[in-house]
Amino acid sequence: MTWIRWLLLLLIVRPIARFLTGADVSGREHLPLKGPAIVAANHNSHMDTLLLLSIFPSRAVMRVRPAAASDYFLRDPVIGWVSRHLIGIVPIARGKAGSGEDVLAPAREALAAGDIIVVFPEGTRGDASDEMAALKSGVARLAEAFPDAPVTPVWIQGAGRVLPKGEVIPVPLNCAVLIGPPVRWEGKRAEFMDGLRTALLSLKAEAPPLRWS
Amino acid sequence: MDIIRLIEDFHNAQPLALLWGLGGILALLVLGSLVAAMLTATRPSKDYRELRQRMSSWWVMVLLLAAALLAGWQATLALFAVVSFIALREFLSLAPTRREDRLIILGCYLTIPVSYAFVAADIYGIYLVIIPVYAFLILPWLMAVIGQTKGYLSSVALFHWGLMTCVYNIGYAAFLMRTPADQAPAGAAGLVFFLLVATEFNDVAQYVWGKLFGRHKIIPKVSPNKTWEGFLGGWASTAALIWFVGPLFLPLGGIGLATLAVVLPVAGFAGDVTMSAIKRDIGVKDTSHLIPGHGGILDRIDSLTFTAPLYFHLLAWFSLAKF
Repeated sequence: MTWIRWLLLLLIVRPIARFLTGADVSGREHLPLKGPAIVAANHNSHMDTLLLLSIFPSRAVMRVRPAAASDYFLRDPVIGWVSRHLIGIVPIARGKAGSGEDVLAPAREALAAGDIIVVFPEGTRGDASDEMAALKSGVARLAEAFPDAPVTPVWIQGAGRVLPKGEVIPVPLNCAVLIGPPVRWEGKRAEFMDGLRTALLSLKAEAPPLRWS
Repeated sequence: MDIIRLIEDFHNAQPLALLWGLGGILALLVLGSLVAAMLTATRPSKDYRELRQRMSSWWVMVLLLAAALLAGWQATLALFAVVSFIALREFLSLAPTRREDRLIILGCYLTIPVSYAFVAADIYGIYLVIIPVYAFLILPWLMAVIGQTKGYLSSVALFHWGLMTCVYNIGYAAFLMRTPADQAPAGAAGLVFFLLVATEFNDVAQYVWGKLFGRHKIIPKVSPNKTWEGFLGGWASTAALIWFVGPLFLPLGGIGLATLAVVLPVAGFAGDVTMSAIKRDIGVKDTSHLIPGHGGILDRIDSLTFTAPLYFHLLAWFSLAKF
């Protein structure tokens, strides 16, 4: 099963993502190649996940696991199968956050197993207006649990034009993927979140202008 | 021994000038790579990473083009269609677009298979008008149907500019491959080869002359690094290249060859400056990072979008009976 996922990722997901987004990557040297590691990106489109899966080298891509909302991706059996086995999501039960249940347990298990977790700390897709929403602190709790794991900030510019929320037809347009040096866990959640937010915004400032009105 | 026979047949089927020309370019690449390696080794204090990246990228571009040219018109057409697509995607990604025009953008891409299909079908008359007349009319009509009139005219102009430069003008390079072999001394591939060589030589010659002797800025508001010395030196060098080497590849002589020698370098310069103006307006230096050391594909083919149609039309006017 795993090698089928590997082949599908390299032979189907990667060419499609490159065709649709150009995958214009800068700062590739910051990308973690082994786990446990966390990649934190902004989120405007389903393309974000495909694009991030497509930029990892083939020897690391099997380790990459996007964290995704189980209420959205696992409600339909077909999409659920694709999400679990092809995309390799780590399910997060958003609705149960705050209920006392440990919604991050699957993510922690994956990190303990040496996976590279992709998180979208904004929690849901934005409207492609290029603004960053408030960040949720789940990523800080993961970093606290794995203080040695690098948290690599990634700014994806333009994925919301390729496939905006609510649209079905993707339109090929270049996306810039800017990868920054990792943010480290220093012991305090608020400081960590500030550091991550600053890192993401400084990557955004380097991105080419997005003329989309 | 079939393989050797096959290679011999393939070799014999290629015009000698084309093989020598490709060999010469390969020799230049080897030389360039050696220089880059020597600079890196002898002057460790300086960073030659970009020079080495540039050379590796040249290798990839030259090998791709050489393979396509030797393989024939189908492969060359496919390569230029891909170049058109990537260039148009770069242009549409940087240009200011409106949310309502997402499907129009898809329509712009659709002109690539349509336009290149007429190159494949060898129907020159329709190729000539399908983008400049019909895509020109249909896209604005569809945009009117969508109904967003705010920013309408500038969006129409933007799409049309992208289609003309990235798809229609680049398509001429592919259409040259449909020239009958007996109408050019080094065949159709020789024509395309010399177009690319003259255009890139002009870019490089302008750069080198400018670096060595550049004093007087020629167009500071658009391209602050361009100088009169670079422009004139590149012009003279490329004109000399076309005049002396051109006859090996071109069915031109006398006034036709002289015209090409005089105007092609100017067109290359014009293409470069025009794309610089667009990049300056948009606020970017490079159109992407696709080609390490060079920038985007649009940065590399900016001159070609001007030289390809001009070269084609001059050949058609002075010599090629088919067009």
